[in-house]
Amino acid sequence: MKGTSSRLAEIIAKHEQDLLAQWIKEQTSAVTQRPDLMSEAELREQSRALLNGIRNAVQRGRLDDITGSEWESVRELLDEVSRGRARTGFSPTETAMFVFSLKQPLFSRLRAEIREPEALADELWTASVLLDKLGLYTTEVSQKSREEVILRQQQDMLELSTPVVELWDGVLALPLIGTLDSARTQVVMENLLQKIVQTGAGIAIVDITGVPTVDTLVAQHLLKTVAAARLMGADCIISGIRPQIAQTIVHLGVDLGTVTTKATLAAAFVVALERSGATISKGR
Amino acid sequence: MAMPVVKAERCPVRSGDNVVRIRQIVRQWTVELGFSLVDQTKIVTAASEIARNTLDHGGGGEALVESLSEGGRRGLRLVFTDKGPGIENIDQALKDGFTTGGGLGLGLGGARRLSSEFSIESRTGEGTCVTLTRWK
Repeated sequence: MKGTSSRLAEIIAKHEQDLLAQWIKEQTSAVTQRPDLMSEAELREQSRALLNGIRNAVQRGRLDDITGSEWESVRELLDEVSRGRARTGFSPTETAMFVFSLKQPLFSRLRAEIREPEALADELWTASVLLDKLGLYTTEVSQKSREEVILRQQQDMLELSTPVVELWDGVLALPLIGTLDSARTQVVMENLLQKIVQTGAGIAIVDITGVPTVDTLVAQHLLKTVAAARLMGADCIISGIRPQIAQTIVHLGVDLGTVTTKATLAAAFVVALERSGATISKGR
Repeated sequence: MAMPVVKAERCPVRSGDNVVRIRQIVRQWTVELGFSLVDQTKIVTAASEIARNTLDHGGGGEALVESLSEGGRRGLRLVFTDKGPGIENIDQALKDGFTTGGGLGLGLGGARRLSSEFSIESRTGEGTCVTLTRWK
């Protein structure tokens, strides 16, 4: 293993400039090259840095394992390249092709330098596996950065989707929308209780018009929210109970008897106003 | 008895997201079958209950959603399987208010009431299989 790896290192070191020139020529003529997204100078710089990094790592380290410390600078470079390219709009395939396209010039060079067929086959195999791993590494990085984006968006949604609004002096409304999984319910409950303290509201309307499914877990979360609000001195009204939800709740056997419920937010608002002592008169 | 299955789909039940996905599939398929809004909501809710049981008590498993057509009637069948600890006493588990997990204890019994046909098979230490069907 050691003998073969030194050969590859030696060849890359000896012909680095040559390889680089051919590689860049290869890339600029390839269909995956995106002159609209990246200047040639940038491409030149990335190629130079990567080849340089590979040369250094190959001279010092193992060729079959890119997770070692010798490859750290190469990994960092690829990290930066894939993230940068993903930001400017390259697809993961295009970024991986950046690494894979080094195969062509490298293989031709190996063929020219090594005469013995067996040794050549060994070198080609080693180089191929190495470049495959580096190419796949860039794909992994792009995937990871996408997952980070998704996670961040999920966090954003937690914040966004649970506004508590003040409808009237002392009357709060919490319009719930979407799936009430436990992480979101926690945020909802905290927001509501916080707002009750801030405003000193005596009545809170929890509207579930936008909640598609009310199963026992959702019902339990609602009951807990109501109980917590009550402990803080606020009465809760649950509104937005559609006919199908009402029937389902009855079949489930959930007892919402202790809570005031209304079909619509408007009806709940009227109840809230009456309880807070306001009177409504229709103007002519 | 073999029931004519029009189409079927397997879904993993490994996370809360999977439960949401199953609800969406069930909702979509019942709409395709022409279920009324009430029937849609019933079977979606039942699916949600059992999927969450599979996840929380069975340690995760798999759901099989099948669209059925038999004679003139059409329906949706859901089969949830897990390799969890199993249910020791099924009668007790079906009783309203009985819970081991801090919930309301209505999920299993509620799901039975929301389905047209409902069956549980369970062996302690081997796993549980819950089958529920809702006809149009």
